[in-house]
Amino acid sequence: MSDLPNALALQRNALWERLGLASLVMPALLLIVITMLLPVCWLFYLSVLSDAGAFSLEHYQRMWEQPSYGRTFLTTFRVSLLTTGICILLGYPLAYFLSELPKRAANLCMVAVLLPLWTSLLVRTYAWLVLLQRRGLINNWGIELGLWDEPLTLVHNLAGTLIGMVHVMLPFLVLPLYASMRAIDRNYLRAAANLGASPLRSFWLVFFPLALPGLSAGVLIVFILCLGFYVTPAVLGGGKVIMVSSRIANDIEIFFNWGAASALGVVLLVLTALLIFGTARLTRLGNIMPSGGRP
Amino acid sequence: MARNSSLPITIAQVTKTYGKVFALDHVDLHIKSGEFLTLLGPSGSGKTTLLTVLAGFTRPDGGSLKFGDAEMITVPPHKRDVGMVFQNYALFPHMTVAGNVAFPLKLRGVVGAESARRVERALEMVRLGGYGARGVDQLSGGQRQRVALARAMVFEPRIMLMDEPLSALDKQLREHMQIELRQLHEQLGMTTVYVTHDQREALTMSDRIAVINGGRIMQLDTPRAIYERPANRFVAEFIGESTFVPVTVAAGRLMLAGQPLQTAEPLPADGQRLLMLRPERLRLLAESEDPGPGFNLLAATLAATVYQGDSSLLQVALPDGTRLQVRSASIGAAAPTEPGRALRLALAVQDTVLLPPDGAAA
Repeated sequence: MSDLPNALALQRNALWERLGLASLVMPALLLIVITMLLPVCWLFYLSVLSDAGAFSLEHYQRMWEQPSYGRTFLTTFRVSLLTTGICILLGYPLAYFLSELPKRAANLCMVAVLLPLWTSLLVRTYAWLVLLQRRGLINNWGIELGLWDEPLTLVHNLAGTLIGMVHVMLPFLVLPLYASMRAIDRNYLRAAANLGASPLRSFWLVFFPLALPGLSAGVLIVFILCLGFYVTPAVLGGGKVIMVSSRIANDIEIFFNWGAASALGVVLLVLTALLIFGTARLTRLGNIMPSGGRP
Repeated sequence: MARNSSLPITIAQVTKTYGKVFALDHVDLHIKSGEFLTLLGPSGSGKTTLLTVLAGFTRPDGGSLKFGDAEMITVPPHKRDVGMVFQNYALFPHMTVAGNVAFPLKLRGVVGAESARRVERALEMVRLGGYGARGVDQLSGGQRQRVALARAMVFEPRIMLMDEPLSALDKQLREHMQIELRQLHEQLGMTTVYVTHDQREALTMSDRIAVINGGRIMQLDTPRAIYERPANRFVAEFIGESTFVPVTVAAGRLMLAGQPLQTAEPLPADGQRLLMLRPERLRLLAESEDPGPGFNLLAATLAATVYQGDSSLLQVALPDGTRLQVRSASIGAAAPTEPGRALRLALAVQDTVLLPPDGAAA
């Protein structure tokens, strides 16, 4: 081959092209290393140091021995699961509705769905506090309209935490789900009906499986974001709903214990990673559609 | 498979409007039991709308649709029990070939060995036996088309609808599949409504053709009658090549450029008419050749010749300047090419067809 004219020069050109392409990822790669990889390594290093500065597993040992840590992790997973579940119940019909609208109307509605994301998280969370508190807007109206007599406890508990978190998380579920539903050729549903499927069976046998990649992506994003969520549960949970993130903040702000905080962070990171790989394995994420997609 | 179990279709007054535009304008059509009927028309003519009304995907403004004696117009699509082959096949991408074909059986409670047997038999009918385990994405266009066909007929529907099922295939495969579809229809005998914009496909496959334009049926007849006796200029133009020459019928005589013409049909009343001339029905006469009785003779001069392989297309001018096209098959003596040469043309009396003048209702 190499005895062909210009073979070497052409090979060199190919090499330069590949190098040029690779150089495009360098800025992002550098950023990830500096802002993600190094801090995580530093975190891990801090978590295996005792207060005196020697190597020790005391932070992990304490987590294992004190039942309050276990409860915190349980609460975190429970709240995350509940939030994700409510998001599915609210988001799935919404995404379906949007996907059935004409493109223009759907885009307009999508702006409404995304609007919360353009507002500061803190502002939204405190707005909920104002709405939900004992003498808040919702309780006042509820009592005036005679819907209930005593002010309901809507905040500083699980209910308040869930309301706030669902509000924040919903767009993250709707976005990938909507994209995936929009891409489904409606002729598949026509074909299903033509072959004898009632609307319900056509949904379960054809639409749901075809929209599953979008649902899986949305669920995974929401669940992972929930696991590490700090501001909303801290404000609306009011110390009653203690998530891992609050505990980490407490360890640092109140106890100045970087080691304990780091150990919590490492455990949360490992659990989350295990969860992602686990579900990816189970649902064969990204492998639900056969390669090549639709004809 | 579904022998002797086809149904006639009766369409009456079916109308569908989008705003002020008629997609279907009071369509009446009776399709005989076991017939292969083609809806032929340009895009936007309403042919696909009519098919989707039959399948139940389009809700018309009004009208009546009967399968046999049963009124179907308000019946939802999943209860109509008609097979349909979609233009892009609409095979479910998350199922195997066998899964796709078994889908309508599963919905009818046919499962297990019985289902497997019928799926395999349907796949064998379209010559895809043994392909059941494949993914849809592993098939070529022609194979997908066959799977779609197997899926549409596995549950033995009495009516089959096809929406341009061959338009995505290349020319050779398309012509091959036309013959296969026609054979399958003869074997199974289900009433078939076939939509296409390809006139040759319609002529090749159909028992009858309904030519549609502007949401109305322009003509409903056998392929031969549609081609040789078109009802109006639209049908003549849409099917085959033709030249139209305005002529006048006066005093019971038809004259073209000063030359008298005879027609097979009795001449219509005096007035303006359009003469339809198919280029391949005009024959060049050799010098001093006498075509015999039953032919009209036309004198003309050659303007230009275009060689097109199987034939040559000649532009000729009549004495009064009227331009005609003549197709001369590439057989025997080569077509003349020198412009200005005097020619004699023969036109069979039964090919001398008069149409209503432009602007007149069909």
